[in-house]
Amino acid sequence: MTNNPLLEVVDLTKHYPVGGWLGRDQGLVRAVDGVSFTIARGETLALVGESGCGKSTVGRTILRLVKPTRGEVWLDGQRIDQLSSRALRSLRWRMQVVFQDPYSSLNPKLRVRDIVAEPIRNFALARSPDDLDRRLAALMDQVRLPRDALQRRPHEFSGGQRQRIGIARALAAGPDLIICDEAVSALDVSVKAQVVNLLQDLQRDLGLALLFISHDLAVVEHLAHRVAVMYLGQIVELAPAAQLFADPQHPYTRALLSAVPIPEPGLRRERIVLRGDVASPLNPPSGCRFHTRCPQAMDRCRIEAPALRARHACLVACHLIDTSLQGAPA
Amino acid sequence: MSANPTLVPSALPELFPPLRPQRGWIAFVRRHPMVALGAALLTMIVLLAALAPWLGTVDPTRISPIARGRVPSAAHWFGTDMLGRDLYSRVLYGARVSLTVGLAVAVLASVLGLVIGTLSGFLRRLDGVLMRVMDGLMSIPPILLAIALAALWRGSLGGVIVAIAVAEVPRVARLVRGVVLTLREQPFVDAAVAAGTCTPMIIWRHILPNLAATMTVQATYICASAMIIEAILSFIGAGTPPTIPSWGNIMADGRAIWQVKPHMVLIPAVFLSLSVLAVNLLGDGMRDWLDPQQPQRI
Amino acid sequence: MALLEIENLQVHFRSGDGIVRAVDGVSFQVEAGQTAALVGESGCGKSVTALSLLRLLPEPPARVAGVMRFEGRDLLQLSEREMREVRGNAISMVFQEPMSSLNPVLTIGRQIAEPLRLHQKLSTPAAGRRAVELLDVVGIAEPARRAGEYPHQLSGGMRQRVMIAIALACRPRLLIADEPTTALDVTVQAQILELVRSLQTQFGTAVLMITHDLGVVAEVADRVVVMYAGRKVEEAPVDALFRHPQHPYTAGLLRAVPRLGAAAAARLAEIPGTVPSLRVRQAGCAFAERCPRVQPRCGTEPPPLRATSAGRWVACHDPLPAPTST
Repeated sequence: MTNNPLLEVVDLTKHYPVGGWLGRDQGLVRAVDGVSFTIARGETLALVGESGCGKSTVGRTILRLVKPTRGEVWLDGQRIDQLSSRALRSLRWRMQVVFQDPYSSLNPKLRVRDIVAEPIRNFALARSPDDLDRRLAALMDQVRLPRDALQRRPHEFSGGQRQRIGIARALAAGPDLIICDEAVSALDVSVKAQVVNLLQDLQRDLGLALLFISHDLAVVEHLAHRVAVMYLGQIVELAPAAQLFADPQHPYTRALLSAVPIPEPGLRRERIVLRGDVASPLNPPSGCRFHTRCPQAMDRCRIEAPALRARHACLVACHLIDTSLQGAPA
Repeated sequence: MSANPTLVPSALPELFPPLRPQRGWIAFVRRHPMVALGAALLTMIVLLAALAPWLGTVDPTRISPIARGRVPSAAHWFGTDMLGRDLYSRVLYGARVSLTVGLAVAVLASVLGLVIGTLSGFLRRLDGVLMRVMDGLMSIPPILLAIALAALWRGSLGGVIVAIAVAEVPRVARLVRGVVLTLREQPFVDAAVAAGTCTPMIIWRHILPNLAATMTVQATYICASAMIIEAILSFIGAGTPPTIPSWGNIMADGRAIWQVKPHMVLIPAVFLSLSVLAVNLLGDGMRDWLDPQQPQRI
Repeated sequence: MALLEIENLQVHFRSGDGIVRAVDGVSFQVEAGQTAALVGESGCGKSVTALSLLRLLPEPPARVAGVMRFEGRDLLQLSEREMREVRGNAISMVFQEPMSSLNPVLTIGRQIAEPLRLHQKLSTPAAGRRAVELLDVVGIAEPARRAGEYPHQLSGGMRQRVMIAIALACRPRLLIADEPTTALDVTVQAQILELVRSLQTQFGTAVLMITHDLGVVAEVADRVVVMYAGRKVEEAPVDALFRHPQHPYTAGLLRAVPRLGAAAAARLAEIPGTVPSLRVRQAGCAFAERCPRVQPRCGTEPPPLRATSAGRWVACHDPLPAPTST
């Protein structure tokens, strides 16, 4: 792994002002609060968490669909978060996106051909109309759709097929990074397997990096190289996938993993049931944001927010880890 | 838990009689009766207006004092007005005015409303200003506004068209703005942005085509509304100049004696009502037809 | 006699472009106090089955045929007034989206009290008190205060608990849960499933759980009915189904589900192809095009539902062999 990451995100923050009249804010939704990570070429980093944790906002901020409040985004060594729209547009071919809802992520009025060709046309990548046709046909083959699909409209396709069209569109400009924002969450089990396999094959064949945003931990375990767990806008644990699933460090990660229902009846599991519901990003708890639900919360957790610290090749933000590192009783 | 032996589907009855394959016009009419009815009615009126010179009419402005106030007869199918003018000819030529005004206002108001609504939807800073102006316009009753504006261009049909259009623009602008704001939130627009599409292209390729259905339906309602407002303006003398026959003019001329000779007011009124009805039916039917149904997932 | 007996249920819809046979001959039973799961992917007809149980489908576009016997009475023969007495009383339902299932302009106390006042004829204050008790039973802290709040003031998990409280207010004998946890976060889902299980034990309610999530099925179900393209393809006790599925579709589904903690496979097992259109009545087996064990007669001859062992049924010409010993 080279030291030159494809994507680097430093202290990314997005706050949404809420309510208020003429500049006076009633509150601030801290959707993303100081998130940092890197993605190397050809790597899949998964961003997991429950609703309200900010994972989708991270994706949208990287794509500049939303302007970050603070922080830096570096794409292949070039800082992109402060570029003008026009300057950014010329770089957009390098990072593309696949959205969650197959029914609203394709323009119903366009033919598939025009939908997939849009990035190619935007960046003038086709040398001639024949070249364009060839590229489109190749894309359809890559996503395992019949070539005559190009002439049809989205409503003639099923959810899984539409998602493939979305993937074809994302591949059209030849990007280095694809952000999958819950790309398989809305699909049925059998179709999900098809699309997950497709993403894996494409990554292997094209050397794509993937930022895989999802709440489905089983798919993430199958697909990701590294995993970042988010809670209320912050990363609480970041580790290689194998390690995270085998030996989760943060109490939230442990609770999350124990909550996933496993299709094996009669499996007696020690399930960690968290108290209460996820707090609102409008008014995050003081100190460690997880302390209100944490079964192992200490007094310190209420006052002081833990920083992400390295432990065994992973990063964890938890006071329990600190104290155990220092050898003090938890 | 025991299950009774289930019958295979082929052994079970069909709950509905088989559907006949529906194709072509007949199927369309059966599925969208309102569009068909409205379109048919409107076509008839348009034909009457367009072919007026060849449908047994005379000069609608020719005054004939001898034949004043006649009731409908073989010589004058709709009778005559108080100046002896043939009402049948006046009504048919009057259709031209009403339809022209309706269509022109619909197009003008739609285009202006589209531009204002789209600008509002995309440029937040302009949005506040534009919408307050629209609110201001909307707070004035459309008919009064039309009268005031028509007074600026006294005595011209173009003036009437512009006046009514201005009164209708705010409604369209608001509607367009609402739809544009919703469309901008759609993932496919985000996807286009991420694919590097510039904003004008996004409006052209993604926003406008998805507005087309709503705008078409709205245009029909504006057309109907415009026809009525034109008639009202002409009725009170603030609209179409009296030299041009218009249904409102005709009704105005017969106003004084309508209790004695009701045909002078009733006949143009019936034509106006039928035209407005036709356009409204067309609009309602098109709304049901063009409104894209999202596929239901069971 | 089982609590609920469904025989040859058919639900067809007439739409502009054809007849959709959403459910085409489904039979199963639910015993009192048991949890049965209805599993399948989108379009298989499981939600339509649930809605037709309570006669919630508008009859003109839909036509329902068959027999649905609840405690001996055929629900399809009841008048609308008699059905109203059943809904919320003897049979209740919990839906997937708690936000759209709760009335946003009424307090949750009033919404819980509604079935109590309707079916048990309680006075308003008495119903209100009972509503607060129910909020406590479903695990909502400070129930008295919460009863005066509105749905938008609650989180998704809490709203679903309120839905459960409404559903269980009159101690129904059968609770139909239509994807109750699909819209919830996974940690909240665990809480809700736990709640349903404990309430079931406490009240002795039978549960018909509709879901596409095999993990949920493994957790809560006693028996499982697998549906595909409007038909039932397999039915078995939950252990037997997961360990030794007999229908190729069930087997395919189980293989396609990514499992947490499973050995890392190179690829997820796919089921190739897509679900056939419900507009065309398949001549043979609906799964024939995608089945790895397909035979010539599968395309022409619909497989009858056969009992393969005690309590197991499969609709397949060539089912996977049952184990010789359980």
